Amino acid sequence: MTDAISSFGAVGRPVSIHTDRAAKARLKGRYRTETWFKWLGAAAVALAGLFLVLLLSTIVTQAIPALRQNYLTLPIDLSAAKVDPAKLDAANYDAIAQEALTAKFSDVTSRQDKRLLRGLISTGTGVFLRKDIAADPGMLGGTVDYAVPLDDFADLYLKGLLADVGSDEAISTSVTPSETSGDIDLTFGDDAMLTLARGHGATEGENGMLTLTSGASSLLVAFNGGMVKLTALSPGTNGTAVAKGTVIEALDSTAPAASGQAFLRVIDTPEASRKISDKMIVWLDTLKSAGLIESRFNSIFFFTGASREPELAGVWGAVVGSFLTMIVTLAIAFPIGVSAAIYLEEFAPKNRLTTIIEVNINNLAAVPSIVFGLLGLAVFLNFFGMPRSAPVVGGMVLALMTLPIIIIASRASLRAVPPSIREAALGIGASKVQTVFHHVLPLAMPGIMTGTILGMAHALGETAPLLMIGMVAFIVDIPGGFTDPATILPVQIFMWADFPEAGFQQKTSAAILILLLFLVIMNAIAVILRRRFERRW
Amino acid sequence: MNIMTEAGVEQKLSSGTNAPLIKMKGEKVSVHYGEKRALFDVDLDVRENQVTALIGPSGCGKSTFLRCLNRMNDTIDIARVSGKITLDGEDVYDPKIDVVELRARVGMVFQKPNPFPKSIYENVAYGPRIHGLARSKAELDGIVESSLKKAGLFNEVKDRLLESGTGLSGGQQQRLCIARAIAVSPEVILMDEPCSALDPIATARVEELIDELRQNYTIVIVTHSMQQAARVSQRTAMFHLGYLVEEGATDKMFTNPDDKRTQDYITGRFG
Ligand SMILES: Nc1ncnc2c1ncn2[C@@H]1O[C@H](COP(=O)(O)OP(=O)(O)O)[C@@H](O)[C@H]1O
Ligand SMILES: [Mg+2]
Repeated sequence: MTDAISSFGAVGRPVSIHTDRAAKARLKGRYRTETWFKWLGAAAVALAGLFLVLLLSTIVTQAIPALRQNYLTLPIDLSAAKVDPAKLDAANYDAIAQEALTAKFSDVTSRQDKRLLRGLISTGTGVFLRKDIAADPGMLGGTVDYAVPLDDFADLYLKGLLADVGSDEAISTSVTPSETSGDIDLTFGDDAMLTLARGHGATEGENGMLTLTSGASSLLVAFNGGMVKLTALSPGTNGTAVAKGTVIEALDSTAPAASGQAFLRVIDTPEASRKISDKMIVWLDTLKSAGLIESRFNSIFFFTGASREPELAGVWGAVVGSFLTMIVTLAIAFPIGVSAAIYLEEFAPKNRLTTIIEVNINNLAAVPSIVFGLLGLAVFLNFFGMPRSAPVVGGMVLALMTLPIIIIASRASLRAVPPSIREAALGIGASKVQTVFHHVLPLAMPGIMTGTILGMAHALGETAPLLMIGMVAFIVDIPGGFTDPATILPVQIFMWADFPEAGFQQKTSAAILILLLFLVIMNAIAVILRRRFERRW
Repeated sequence: MNIMTEAGVEQKLSSGTNAPLIKMKGEKVSVHYGEKRALFDVDLDVRENQVTALIGPSGCGKSTFLRCLNRMNDTIDIARVSGKITLDGEDVYDPKIDVVELRARVGMVFQKPNPFPKSIYENVAYGPRIHGLARSKAELDGIVESSLKKAGLFNEVKDRLLESGTGLSGGQQQRLCIARAIAVSPEVILMDEPCSALDPIATARVEELIDELRQNYTIVIVTHSMQQAARVSQRTAMFHLGYLVEEGATDKMFTNPDDKRTQDYITGRFG
């Protein structure tokens, strides 16, 4: 007693087990753990957010180029001599378009170069041209300006994805050519060009001879209305430099170009390590500076089916295929899943059999999706002989996969309806079925729909089971019905990702973006439903 | 209605001229929840147009007995009821009895107000609609209005019949639940602690209402409030640990109980 009083006096307030020094230390320790957890949690969230941002920004930046396509406007000769209005199918539209292009470059004469030149425009040009003429026969009879899609490499170059497109720099010395075409010699007023070539990977030989192989950067000299590609350089007399070069575009004259009149264009990416030659680059630049090339919204990508040519490949076929498949999935999985959930939750006796069924439904949700694909292959295709690659079969397989998800979500939301509502209905003499269908089910519906949408979103992104039933086939036509061969978005992405052409890389990302967009929309609908119909009892 | 004639008439005859008729009768009612026994051979009569109060400490089986009267225990998988319960002489556990019809005749109001999350109108109209009590919309409107009036709620909600029933105050919700029960024209109304979730003013209103309803209905009410039992009931039954301890006129139970346990409970010595 006396002790207590003395310590009371010393501290100035009562000493309790909640205020003494040990308690303070304990309290501090508790706060420390709390801070720790808070920081750990925040770090985890930040990390997850970082990965998400990284992923999304990669996909978006990759996808953006695919949203536009470059078109070349050519004067196409559709006079009766070329296209017989009575026999539209007989005309070779590809050849007509190619002629219009080669006519722009009269100095390109060798067969090899002509083939390169024709390769600038898409191989699908003829098909587009014929379709447009069929739609508008008024185009016939004369020469019309018609925009044709560029080939994928040309398109990628113009988007800056194939090579670092250097810039033009004025050459501060005079340049004198020996000829106007073919392999020529160039004389530079000083030897600055030698240093430059060394800096760009030229191989040094005897007598200070520098060779620009296809492994070095390309040095292009533009003057006198033409373009020369340098192949080798060596020191000349009186501090000059002499270069050998190939004329890509013919020069107007052999007159020397004064200092500042000639321009040097350096393409850093060596010709050997890019998919487009110097010649094509020069042609494209010429066409572009003539204002004939125009970048347009890529309607080919959005509104056509698959193609082996990157510039002609579109996602619409896959989108329609996905849509048809999802309709089948929903039509099968929703009614069956909800009915099963209602039976199990509201009517089934609780015995061993229903417990076994319940456990197995939960297990079914964890079965790898490819197993469902094998099941579909064995049962639907081989046993029932249903068509391969068809949305109806894909939908059935995905429905099997979605069923357990819908059943589990539906049961959870049926269980979440408070028993007081059931009692209220039963208490005024509603039958079991009336209770369920008039009161419980409507209250559980938002939850059921949320679960269904999430299950569908899951199914929409599924690839593996559909590979098994042949939905990976290369299908050009846009499916018109549930039994037409079709492919679906994720499978299309899978296929495109597998193609070696650089042009498919952007298409893959753009298709992923479309798939993500669908998923985001579906999830947003689920969230809205949950918010809107959330009930408090 | 024909089946119950003999026993019912017999009872009506035997019960004399002045004494109220016996509406429901429990004989040796026992209930098991799984292995656990919750009621032990309860014999209890419910008299017509009277309020019978069931009192006793919590967990003593009041609700269990009440829920036997309209077979709400059927909804609990593990519950087993034995003994005999009659409504107008008819055995309610007879397999021939339709439980849906029984619950229309013996309505129930629960402890926690549980209106449907629908409009006030729909709450009241639901019962008559599923039982086919109204032949036209006008008739249904009439039933809804009179039920709400009987439940003393009509004036408060007449301008917002189409608003949600869950938007009402607790007391109003409970009266809505009473109106919902009345709307199917039951003969007996079971109330399981109808005021336990209400404030004193709302409680007073519901008690008043119960007294009025007695004119037309037979009422069985479970309550944990001695004062409430004393205020609203004519008969009181005291339960303890699953046994019916004592049953009799409310006046007598509260002034001169036979059983020591009743005495202790009423005076607040346990419970
Ligand atoms: N659904 C149920 N399942 C199992 N036991 C129950 C259930 N309902 C009530 N009981 C048990 O039965 C006994 C009586 O309960 P109840 O009738 O609710 O008591 P009261 O209403 O008098 O408080 C209690 O011991 C309770 O635990
Ligand atoms: Mg109770």
